[in-house]
Amino acid sequence: MTGNLTVNGAPLLIDFDPEETLLDALRSAGFTEVKRGCEQGECGACLVLLDDLLVNSCQVFAATAVGGRVTTTAGLTGEPGVPHPIHEAYAATGAVQCGFCTPGMVMATFALLSGNPDPSDDEIREALAGNLCRCTGYVKIVEAVHLAAGRMRDDG
Amino acid sequence: MGERSVGLSLAKIDALPLALGSAAFTADIAPRGALVLRFRYSEQAHAEIRSIDASAALALPGVAAVFHHGNCPETLYTTAGQGHPEPSPYDYRLFDRRVRYVGDRVCMVAAESAEIADRALELIEIETEPLPALFDPESATEPGAPRLHPDEAHAVIPADYDPEHNVAARVEISIGDTAAGMEEADFVVTQRYTTHQAAHAALEPHVVACSLDARGRLTIVSATQVPFHARRITSRVLGIPLHRIRVIKPRIGGGFGAKQEVLLEPYAALATLRTGRSTVCELSRAETFVSTRTRHPMRVDLRTGVKNDGSITALEMDALMDTGAYGSHALTVLSNAGAKVLPLFNRIANLSFTGCSVYTNHPVGGAYRGYGATQGYFAFNQHIDTIARRLGVDVVEYCKQWHIREGETSPVFEALGEGKEGVSQTVESCALGECIDRGAAAIGWGEKRDRRTVVDGWVHGVGMAICMQGSGIPRIDMGGATMKLNEDGSFNLAVGATDLGTGSDTILVQIAAEALKVPPGKIEILSSDTDLTPFDVGAYASSTTYISGGAVLSCATQMATRMRAVGAAALGCPEKELVHEAERFRNGRTDEVISFEGIGYRTLYATAQEQLQTSASHTSDVSPPPFLAQFAEVAVDPETGDIRVVHFASAVDCGTAINPRLAEGQVEGAALNGISWALAEQFLFSAGGRLTNARYGRYGMFTAADAPPMTTMLVASHEPTGPYGAKSVAEIAINGPAPAIANAIYDAVGVRLVDLPLTPERIYRAIRAAGQP
Ligand code: FES
Ligand code: FES
Repeated sequence: MTGNLTVNGAPLLIDFDPEETLLDALRSAGFTEVKRGCEQGECGACLVLLDDLLVNSCQVFAATAVGGRVTTTAGLTGEPGVPHPIHEAYAATGAVQCGFCTPGMVMATFALLSGNPDPSDDEIREALAGNLCRCTGYVKIVEAVHLAAGRMRDDG
Repeated sequence: MGERSVGLSLAKIDALPLALGSAAFTADIAPRGALVLRFRYSEQAHAEIRSIDASAALALPGVAAVFHHGNCPETLYTTAGQGHPEPSPYDYRLFDRRVRYVGDRVCMVAAESAEIADRALELIEIETEPLPALFDPESATEPGAPRLHPDEAHAVIPADYDPEHNVAARVEISIGDTAAGMEEADFVVTQRYTTHQAAHAALEPHVVACSLDARGRLTIVSATQVPFHARRITSRVLGIPLHRIRVIKPRIGGGFGAKQEVLLEPYAALATLRTGRSTVCELSRAETFVSTRTRHPMRVDLRTGVKNDGSITALEMDALMDTGAYGSHALTVLSNAGAKVLPLFNRIANLSFTGCSVYTNHPVGGAYRGYGATQGYFAFNQHIDTIARRLGVDVVEYCKQWHIREGETSPVFEALGEGKEGVSQTVESCALGECIDRGAAAIGWGEKRDRRTVVDGWVHGVGMAICMQGSGIPRIDMGGATMKLNEDGSFNLAVGATDLGTGSDTILVQIAAEALKVPPGKIEILSSDTDLTPFDVGAYASSTTYISGGAVLSCATQMATRMRAVGAAALGCPEKELVHEAERFRNGRTDEVISFEGIGYRTLYATAQEQLQTSASHTSDVSPPPFLAQFAEVAVDPETGDIRVVHFASAVDCGTAINPRLAEGQVEGAALNGISWALAEQFLFSAGGRLTNARYGRYGMFTAADAPPMTTMLVASHEPTGPYGAKSVAEIAINGPAPAIANAIYDAVGVRLVDLPLTPERIYRAIRAAGQP
């Protein structure tokens, strides 16, 4: 099957099997920033925005995404390679260790801050509860979200 | 004044690319069109394979090859990626006629896609004859117990290896006379403790990709902690020259010891050699849980004789470790349960450590952050808490009175190392006393201990644990570094060290930048490529900062010396007149300067033409321990046994923290791993030995919402043998959470939980058994 979708603002024609997940389709199309941690919807490493909704791309069929808009961590600013304040906050606080969970964490953070520009610790921890990280103990990740929120508020 | 780099919390050099997703992991750069490798696993805990018929699988379009015991090299080896000769026994084959746990590898298919490979695996007909299984480590050595390994399995170092009795390793040391010591005691405390099996659960599953280059050499890209050991072991297993293999480690999604195992490289290399095609093998999450490696479960018996003045007159520690189906790290993890624990209270004159690692038909143990110390400290710290309570003294004061100090030694250092005798050493840096004080203050020890404050029906309690670890394996671990100067005054630094996400690439740059007095941005690091970088044992045993950092420091110092000579010639003055300043030398007499850029330019394009490059290796005769005090405040619901960690504090002495923020991150990650393991993570088995919860959602690993508030403090000391005073930090903080929480539970509700994990059900039962509340 083939279908069109928009990934990070650019049109993409994908060729996929009926059973294929969005995760596999994205990764085979070169969007390797979307990570495969479990394929069971339990780690959050594969999180992307599909039409502004946060989804585990391993739990969505590629077919479902046809016609949709997908945003990955690499597409947050709309300019390739240009970091978003969330990326910068993660780097500055030490919230990135191995970095395998980070693309998913960043997407969950983006989704949270889109609806709640000044979240509390508990709200952050709840919002990130679908994302596992084995490296950081989450301390600096929570710190990164606060820092990013502050900078995004300052930037209006 | 020169630039400072050491002690700054610089962002990790790969942090932004990782956040943006542009930094590549192994699976991201697997060659296009590679054959996909998939395994079929044993459904039985113990069986003999009678026959394998792969004809139907081979007939399936898209199947390139099938691999099994009948067509693969039969080399015996260990998957443990350790130095050579390995202290782990050679008891493993690529594929064996015998399978030894549910999840053991039976055969492998190479096919054009994962779907075809999986279909092919199902078409392979396998006949097996079941054998009696062994699940109880306590009975493993008894007469009549099923035997797992044949006579060919063997140790390659002098070791007490006895496969006939399922003994993968035995350790025995004795200092003084424990029987006499027990006699002197006013009372004796005896207790048995057990710790449970656990998964590393790194977010990136195990993965490898392999291809042939134009000259027919193998390039293996691997998520490995040990590229050089992976090269050596692959070469030996397959009987191909080592120089025909190149191993590259790109970004890696966490290791924690699991990727110190050479689990996939030889398989991918064999498949590539046989098919002439690139291959890729990416394990699923379930495979990673079941068929990689785990934390060894351990039973520890402690017996101590104590005088009423608090002195311990004798200590006997006996450990039984379940190494599972294969003896990966069976000797060294076991040894470490004594070696990293017993020196902590160094005034015990009579002590003994006896230990045995046994085979069972369980998933295989391996290296896991903490490496035996975690298991040993669970017992030790609860035992000390019990003793202090018997004595009627505050355990904080008791620990401060008896722990090892600067300038002191312990006979255990020399008697017990990793799998052989150790190396005698004197502790030259120890801020444990201050760690204890600061941790106690952070948790509010004075106001909370023995108070049993009740809030909304939950009873609060506090507990503590203290630990030490090591910094590399003395006289075994080695790291190498090379460096060259470019014409713009920048440097290329190549290290064998392996950054697992710990930030070692960044801190090694900081060390070099400090020595050269240049901004860290002037040093470009390349790491973990067996063709391009010097040797390094890899990332384990908390060795990188101390051992690899030592190599980088000496490499950079030599570079500064070489540059001084060029600078002096350029300025026409004696070398000693030059003052090393930020990115330049200045003649202290005339104030004439020559910049590093000027020196670099001269060495490549002008009068002093010679590529300046330096190379250094580092080993150590000692393994200076970092120290740690951890404190837990818990709340227990006595009606249900429910438990919450209210606050967790860690105070760690890792010498100089080269990058404090990254060091904190190591402590926080390890501490939460320890907390999650203590309370929730566990392996559940069916009666037949099948792991029934091999997925994140059922395993119990903590999320951000489960994690308690944590306070982390770095307490400075200066380790004279370490680069800029640094010691290790990566492992130690996983050791204290389980005993600190168990001690806090006792403080809250008066029950002593000696078996992990500390589940509500266990707490509930213990409270009921004690006749409370
Ligand atoms: S890979 Fe999709 S949730 Fe883990
Ligand atoms: S940084 Fe490694 S899993 Fe989160």
